[in-house]
Amino acid sequence: MSKRVGMEVTTACAEAAALCRIDVASVYPITPQSHIAEHLSEIVNDGRLDASFMTVESEHSALSAAMGASATGARVFTATASQGLLFMSEILPITSAMRFPVVMIIANRAISGPINIWNDHSDIMHTRDTGWISFFADNGQEVVDMTIQAFKVGENRNVMLPVNVNVDGFQLTHTVEPILFPDQEEVDRFLPEYVPYATLHPDRPVSMGTLGVPEIYAEAQKAKDVAIVNSIKVVKEVWKEWEKLFGRKYEPIQSYRTKDADVALVTMGSMGETAEIAVDALRKQGVKAGLLKIKLWRPFPFAELKKAVKGIRVLAVTDRACSFGGPGGPVFSEIRSALYEESVRPAIVNYLIGLGGRDVQVEDFMEMVRKAAKGKLSEPYEFYGVRG
Amino acid sequence: MTEKKWPETWQEVNPGCMVFRPGSAAAYHTGSWRAMRPIWDNVKCIKCGVCYIYCPEGCVTEDADGFFEVNLDYCKGCGICAHECWPSAIKMVNEEE
Repeated sequence: MSKRVGMEVTTACAEAAALCRIDVASVYPITPQSHIAEHLSEIVNDGRLDASFMTVESEHSALSAAMGASATGARVFTATASQGLLFMSEILPITSAMRFPVVMIIANRAISGPINIWNDHSDIMHTRDTGWISFFADNGQEVVDMTIQAFKVGENRNVMLPVNVNVDGFQLTHTVEPILFPDQEEVDRFLPEYVPYATLHPDRPVSMGTLGVPEIYAEAQKAKDVAIVNSIKVVKEVWKEWEKLFGRKYEPIQSYRTKDADVALVTMGSMGETAEIAVDALRKQGVKAGLLKIKLWRPFPFAELKKAVKGIRVLAVTDRACSFGGPGGPVFSEIRSALYEESVRPAIVNYLIGLGGRDVQVEDFMEMVRKAAKGKLSEPYEFYGVRG
Repeated sequence: MTEKKWPETWQEVNPGCMVFRPGSAAAYHTGSWRAMRPIWDNVKCIKCGVCYIYCPEGCVTEDADGFFEVNLDYCKGCGICAHECWPSAIKMVNEEE
């Protein structure tokens, strides 16, 4: 039976990792992720979890050690944010290329500079193309659920890829929320013991992390791409199973009041809940507003997006990271590209919002919908609310 | 049947490019990278074995008479043997010569 507990989301996330019976945690603390590292080390220290907590000297080492542990067949967890994720960036594509199902929580935080510890998505977007499956959580409950789901997806023999769960720094990490925890037996049933494809063992020699000469590199990249593209099937299966067991529904793109929507907002992460309130308020005023929340960023749910935008006249895509000198924010350019070949497609506008922890309120989302109704902004992408 | 050097198609690539056959790297003939190859002048050679010791590929071997020769399947033509050979018995020549 699930139990409802009031808990800070980072603490809850560490508890979720413990429920997954991880063998190794290899974590270097960084704001706003540190509470995950702290609480997980306490759980191990208190003897509640039979795991090795590795106190590494950097994020580069944290992920390197995580890979090494995964190569021995261990279930491995790590977590980071911002500069820490960037410091890991050399190891990120290697983890996916070597097909290690490491699970990482990213407590999303703006990257420097200027130096900023607050929330946006510039960290994950900077490391987007490294071959990791990426989930985005709306709230603390989703963080706990997705942490457990991530192991099940990543460890599936048809997937074998690392998974990151994106958790908005402070907005989520440092918030105390009521969270339903599945009990240990339920998690054990959902997530059986990890059976690795291969492990480092002297009785069964295997070389991992080998050289890829020009004659093999392209084939290796194609194989990795096919693996992540096909993983969407497993993600959806795991989410269906979760819904059946725990009653909470997860979809690659969650639609909110879009059935007859004229203008729909697109969000990723915690701002989705604020946007929902804005949609409700607009509906009360007679504005046909809707909302699409992207929960699965990689692999990108192309088919689901095309289905979700049917009938919508204007999409107001919000981005929480800049692509300097590029076509607009990363979510915007992704969505525009995804819909390019559709004969009937919505007009798409782009707002860059909530950068470096800037507050975005209900009224802001309402204003974005009103402005977007024209189907065009004065600029290709707008830094919403920027002064000057 | 000769063993395949690498998978023919992406479908044949092992997950993570893992290699389960120990010593299989020997099937990859790095000698194809070579632009120059070493030639020994056995009149000058004093059989000291410096070329054998310095070869980073380990592809210089001693023959029955105590002279040295190179396995061109693996020699990348780096020229370290010729550089280190103090009696100047080794000369690097262009591949096309």
